[in-house]
Amino acid sequence: MDGDVDRPAIRFEGVTKRFPGTTGDAVSDLDLDIERGTIVALIGPSGCGKTTTLKMINRLLEPTKGRIEVEGADVGTQEPVQLRRGIGYVIQQVGLFPHRTIGANIATVPRSLGWDKAHIEDRVAELAEVVGIETQMLSRYPDELSGGQQQRVGVARALAADPPVLLMDEPFGAVDPIVRGRLQDELLDLQQRLHKTIVLVTHDLDEAIKVGDRVALLNVGGVLEQYATPDELLRAPANRFVERFVGEDRSMRRLALATVGDLPFEPGPVVDASADVATGLAVIDEHRSDWLGLVDDERFLGWIPREELAPGASLRELERFLPAAQVEPASTLRSALEVIMNSRTSVAVINDDGRFRGTVTLERIRAGLAGDLGGPTEHAA
Amino acid sequence: MILLAARNPIIRWSYLVEQSDRIQGAIVEHLQLTLLPVTIGFVLSAVLAAIGLRYRWTVGPITLFAAFLYTIPSVAFFAVLRTTALGTSIFTVLIPLTGFTILILVTNILDGFRAVPAAVREAADAMGMTPARRVITVEVPVAVPYMINGLRIATVTIVGLVAVAGIVGRGGLGNLILEGLRRQFWTPLTIGASLSILLAITLDLAYYLLGRWLTPWSRTRRA
Repeated sequence: MDGDVDRPAIRFEGVTKRFPGTTGDAVSDLDLDIERGTIVALIGPSGCGKTTTLKMINRLLEPTKGRIEVEGADVGTQEPVQLRRGIGYVIQQVGLFPHRTIGANIATVPRSLGWDKAHIEDRVAELAEVVGIETQMLSRYPDELSGGQQQRVGVARALAADPPVLLMDEPFGAVDPIVRGRLQDELLDLQQRLHKTIVLVTHDLDEAIKVGDRVALLNVGGVLEQYATPDELLRAPANRFVERFVGEDRSMRRLALATVGDLPFEPGPVVDASADVATGLAVIDEHRSDWLGLVDDERFLGWIPREELAPGASLRELERFLPAAQVEPASTLRSALEVIMNSRTSVAVINDDGRFRGTVTLERIRAGLAGDLGGPTEHAA
Repeated sequence: MILLAARNPIIRWSYLVEQSDRIQGAIVEHLQLTLLPVTIGFVLSAVLAAIGLRYRWTVGPITLFAAFLYTIPSVAFFAVLRTTALGTSIFTVLIPLTGFTILILVTNILDGFRAVPAAVREAADAMGMTPARRVITVEVPVAVPYMINGLRIATVTIVGLVAVAGIVGRGGLGNLILEGLRRQFWTPLTIGASLSILLAITLDLAYYLLGRWLTPWSRTRRA
C-alpha cells in the first residue's frame, strides 16, 4: 500500500453516482485528486453528494460510472471487506458497538485481521493514549461515556489497524460547539504526528476552513465547484455559487484563518538603538509615523514619540514607552487587528519569544488580504 | 357429604404429604409443557423473523398468521385436536401452546433487530465485517434484551395456558385444579393454582437474571 510518492492517495476519475429511482445524479462526473498526508474537507449544501462521494471510497456505495483509486489501486477490483479493513471510518453518530467494552470496540479491526492478543492489547492502550481516553475507561461500555469521549473512541477504533486513509463523515456534528472545537484541535494535533490521508465531510464552513488543507466545494447534484486551499477559496471564489456559499464575511474568515507569520517581514518605523536621531527622523517620515521604535540585538526596547526626537540627542537616552501592542507570529490576523485597534501607536510589534520579528499595521493586514496568504499547513510546518 | 363439605378447608396440609409424588409429577409436567413449546416456538420464530428481515414483504403475512394462531381460544384448540388422530398424546397440547408463542416471539425478535441503530450497522460494515459476522457478533447481541423480553412474556403466558390443557388430561398443575373443581375439594385446586403462580414468578425471575447475565452492557446505562 505504500505506492509511489507522486501518485495521489485517492483519485476520482469521472465518477458518477445515480441512485435507482431518481432522476438526477447524486454525484456527476467527479475528478478529484487527494494528496497523501493531507486533510481534504468535502463541503456543500444538502443534496450535494458529499457523503455519497465519501462512501464510494470504501465501497459502502458503488459508483454508477467512473473509477476510484486508493493508493494506486482501483477499489472496484478489491474485496470490499478487505478494502474496508485498510481504511478508517468515523461517522457522526459514532456507531460504537453498545454491547462491547471501549477496549473491544477499539480492537474491532485488529481482531478481524487476526492479530495476536498481546499485540491487540498494546495497540488498544497506545490508541487510548493517542486520543486521550483514560485506561480505566477501556473496560467500560459506550453508554457510560459522554458524546465527546465516544467520538474519541470512534477515532481510535478507526485508527486501530493504522490505515493510511481515514474517512470521516461529519465526525463532530453531534457534539456541542465547545467540544467540537476541542476535537478539531485534537484532530489537527493527531494529524501532525500521523500524517494520514483524511477525507472529511462537513456542512460547517468554519470546520472545513479550520481543518482542511484543501476544501472541495460541491453543488447540488455532486458538481465540483471549486477545489482549493481554504485561503484561496476565500480570496478568489471561482464563481457566484462559491462566493455566495463562503459568504459576505469571507475577508473576516480569512483574518481568522491566516496568522501574523503569514505576512511578509516588515520592520516598520524601527531603527537600531545605535542609530542617530537624524536617521530615526528619516525612518519615521518615510513611514508617516508619529513614533519611532528602537531595537537592540533583536530585542524591542520601546517607542519614542516624534516630539522627543531633538537633534543631537542620543536615541538610547530618550524616554521610551514599552509597547502594550504585541503579537506573536502564531497570532491570527484577527487578534492582531484587535490589538492594533486598542494601541496608541497603531502598530503592533511581533514578539517571537522575546525576539523582534517586525511590525503589523492595519495597512499591512489589508495588503496581506489582497494577496496569497498561507493556510494551516504552511504555518503548522 | 355434608360432613365432608364442612370439613373442606382452603387447604388441607396433610394432602401435600400424602400426594407429594403426584404434585411433584404435576410440577415436572407443567414445566415440560411450558419450556418445550417456548423453545420450539423460539426456534420457529427465529426462522420466521430471519425470513421477515431478509424479505421484508413477508413480515405482514407472517405477523398476520401468528396473530391468527393467537386468537384461537385455547380450550377450543385443545378440544379439536383431541378428536383427531393425535388423541390425548402430548402433541395435542404442544401444538396449540407452541402456536400461541409465535406472535409474541416473532414481534419481539423483529423489534430487537430493528433496534440495532443504523449507525452501528454502518460502522460494522465500514470496519470490514462480513454480513454474517455482523449479524452474529453485533446484531444478535444488541437484539438479545428484546428476545429475552419476548421469552419472558411467552413463558408466563404459557404457564397459565398449560393449566387449561387439563381438559384433555395433560395439564400439569391444571390437572390438580380441574380435579378440585370436579370434586368440590379445594385443596388440590389451591395447591395447583398457587404452584402455577409460583412457577410463573420463578421462571420470570430466571429470565430476568439470564438477561442481566447476558447483557452486562445494558445494566450500566447512564441515562
